[in-house]
Amino acid sequence: MSSSDTKTDMLSTHDGEPLKKSLGRALRRQKMRALLLIAPLLAFIILGFLMPIGSMLTRSVDNEVVEEIMPRTVAALEDWDVDSTELPPEETFRALVADLQVAVENRTALTFARRMNYELAGFTTMVRRAQREVRRIDLETDGPFRDMMIESHEGWGELATWRALKAYSGDPTIGYYLSAVDRTMVSGHIEPLPDDRSIHLMLFWRTAWMSGLICFLGLLLGYPIAFLLANVKERYANLLLIMVLLPFWTSLLVRTSSWKVLLQEQGVINQMLVWIGLVADDNRLTMINNKFGVIVAMTQILLPFMILPLYSVMKTIPPSYVRAAKSLGANDWTAFWRVYFPQSVPGIGAGAILVFIMAVGYYITPELVGGPSGMFISNRIAHQWYVSGNWGLVGALGTILLVAVLVLYWVYDRVVGIDNVKLG
Amino acid sequence: MSETRTDGFVVFDRVQKSYDGETLVVKDLNLSMPKGEFLTMLGPSGSGKTTCLMMLAGFETATHGEILLDHKPINNIPPHKRGIGMVFQNYALFPHMTIAENLSFPLEVRGMGKSEREGKIRRALDMVQMGEFGNRRPAQLSGGQQQRVALARALVFEPELVLMDEPLGALDKQLREHMQFEITNLAHTLGITTVYVTHDQTEALTMSDRVAVFNDGRIQQLAPPEDLYERPENSFVAQFIGENNKLEGVVETINGDRCTVRLDDGTVIDAKPVNVTKAGERTRVSIRPERVESNPDRLASDAHLVDAEVLEFIYMGDTFRVRLRVAGNDDFIMKYRNAQDQGRYSPGQKIQIGWQAEDCRALDA
Repeated sequence: MSSSDTKTDMLSTHDGEPLKKSLGRALRRQKMRALLLIAPLLAFIILGFLMPIGSMLTRSVDNEVVEEIMPRTVAALEDWDVDSTELPPEETFRALVADLQVAVENRTALTFARRMNYELAGFTTMVRRAQREVRRIDLETDGPFRDMMIESHEGWGELATWRALKAYSGDPTIGYYLSAVDRTMVSGHIEPLPDDRSIHLMLFWRTAWMSGLICFLGLLLGYPIAFLLANVKERYANLLLIMVLLPFWTSLLVRTSSWKVLLQEQGVINQMLVWIGLVADDNRLTMINNKFGVIVAMTQILLPFMILPLYSVMKTIPPSYVRAAKSLGANDWTAFWRVYFPQSVPGIGAGAILVFIMAVGYYITPELVGGPSGMFISNRIAHQWYVSGNWGLVGALGTILLVAVLVLYWVYDRVVGIDNVKLG
Repeated sequence: MSETRTDGFVVFDRVQKSYDGETLVVKDLNLSMPKGEFLTMLGPSGSGKTTCLMMLAGFETATHGEILLDHKPINNIPPHKRGIGMVFQNYALFPHMTIAENLSFPLEVRGMGKSEREGKIRRALDMVQMGEFGNRRPAQLSGGQQQRVALARALVFEPELVLMDEPLGALDKQLREHMQFEITNLAHTLGITTVYVTHDQTEALTMSDRVAVFNDGRIQQLAPPEDLYERPENSFVAQFIGENNKLEGVVETINGDRCTVRLDDGTVIDAKPVNVTKAGERTRVSIRPERVESNPDRLASDAHLVDAEVLEFIYMGDTFRVRLRVAGNDDFIMKYRNAQDQGRYSPGQKIQIGWQAEDCRALDA
């Protein structure tokens, strides 16, 4: 009886105010203060992180430009079958002329041309020629427009042009994602790009396996160092730790450049090898502008990110575990492998995921020491951005990279459990 | 002496240990344990007791001297080949393994087959009443349960010697007392030789066959608990074990196992000479609070009585504690049972106290 009473009765303060409300008011000030403290960071994350990512996602599917500049043409093409072996009817050409005349007036024709040129080379030339032609055309009296357009550039008489225009006129489009995975739909159907234009999948794969290898090498080199750090006297540990952290105080650019000095054909290592006589002077080792250079330089640069999480985890493993293992009859190796190592796994996980994610997005080092064969996907993204200006493709490539990392993180969480990861 | 030294199951023969080459942590340690004994190393922290245990386990090497196990020197045998079971202070149960896997570990590294392992694991867990918990992980167990598992793990490979390094330090009082009983019971039933390290004297007294009291890198006294309490051989042991009143003075007369001591304020008391040999020597006498008698009728007629002033009367339920000023010493404690015929005192009251001469030991100054 009494228990049901307390259930239905809302708890209240002496004044009869509901307890929850009173508590909420008491905590509000505290919450406001906390919020105020993190406000700059919050603003920074929203402005510098979430908004750019949002913009990238939008750009990767945004295709407004075609429909906006060529509205009549896009509408006229709606009834035309991409598989048809005949050119679109005269009305479509009429719509094209009408659209282009407006576009010429608004100076937007080349924006449209550039968009189509990403997918079908030569489109800019066609639009340029057509521009000259439509200036002379009077929409009311002239005709037929089909012949006039084909006369301006024979491309307008080709089925491929119209198929591409129809395929890439939708908004939003998957076109950028298709080209990010080396596919195209210029013919109206999704097909692989020809081999000489397929580069992205290869780069994604290369970025992944090289990052994995860098991660593995970092673990191989970092594990013993972290173990040493965690097990020597504090005095020596601090000294060692400073040596590990020293590279952090040097610019990334300087570190990468120093690898250039070491690895190039006239560099320190080659000179040494030639001097010792291990390598002939006219047959110097190529250690730079290839994958080897990238792997060496990035392993060294990312090593601290492997060592630090490992160290912080190893420091928390009490020495009594290994002692216990030995007292139970395990030799040094068994004690390490069966007792110490499993407990250092959270550190390995943290280090590996940190190094891998950082490596996947690395740009400067592959750019400087990678050459064409050591290029990463990020270098391609940068190239698409400042050379081609293809923002849509940049967005699509970036989004794929982001999603890949998130998927990896999710799988990792499933397999290892993210709660098991300790960064410090 | 030398024969008896090397005769035991576990023998420390003139062992010394230094970490820095400048100070000795363990100075000239000699100890011989027969098989099946439960020996406790008791001492304040830094007294060298844990170092001794670690040397026996093989995690520290003796700087000098020899440690023998079953008549074989073990100085150069690595820990994993010594076959000594060990229970660590914080149990050191492997957190990534289940209880059964923890127990299986020592058997696996010995190359034991699966069915044989399972039998032994079950028996070991049953022995500590943890049979149900084989599939749990250490973190899912309470402190007392972890303690039991640690014990089972140290025993599962049937070692003849088990070392325990303050194994009950992390448990609460009630559980600790219960576990003390269980551990000694188990050790005696299985006939295992046990070396137990603790800084808790109650634990040492209740559990051990013999206790080695460590201080300053040496064994101060090695004796059964009763001797240690009743007959401490020097003032460190007297002070360290149990509660103790001490008074300082000069030996006045010695007559066999009786002597009189003139305290610094002129009071004369009866004592039993332990570390004093002749009149005129300075001494520190030690007497247990429960052996102080306030009723002269219960003492011998010729016993010396001492004047005392009651400073404090503390009611403790089963006992009374009285803090007295005796011969200028404000911390003299008298303890007696709460019984019908016992009087109570109030602060300021002047009384006379005394004791049996053999309860008052004249030790080194």
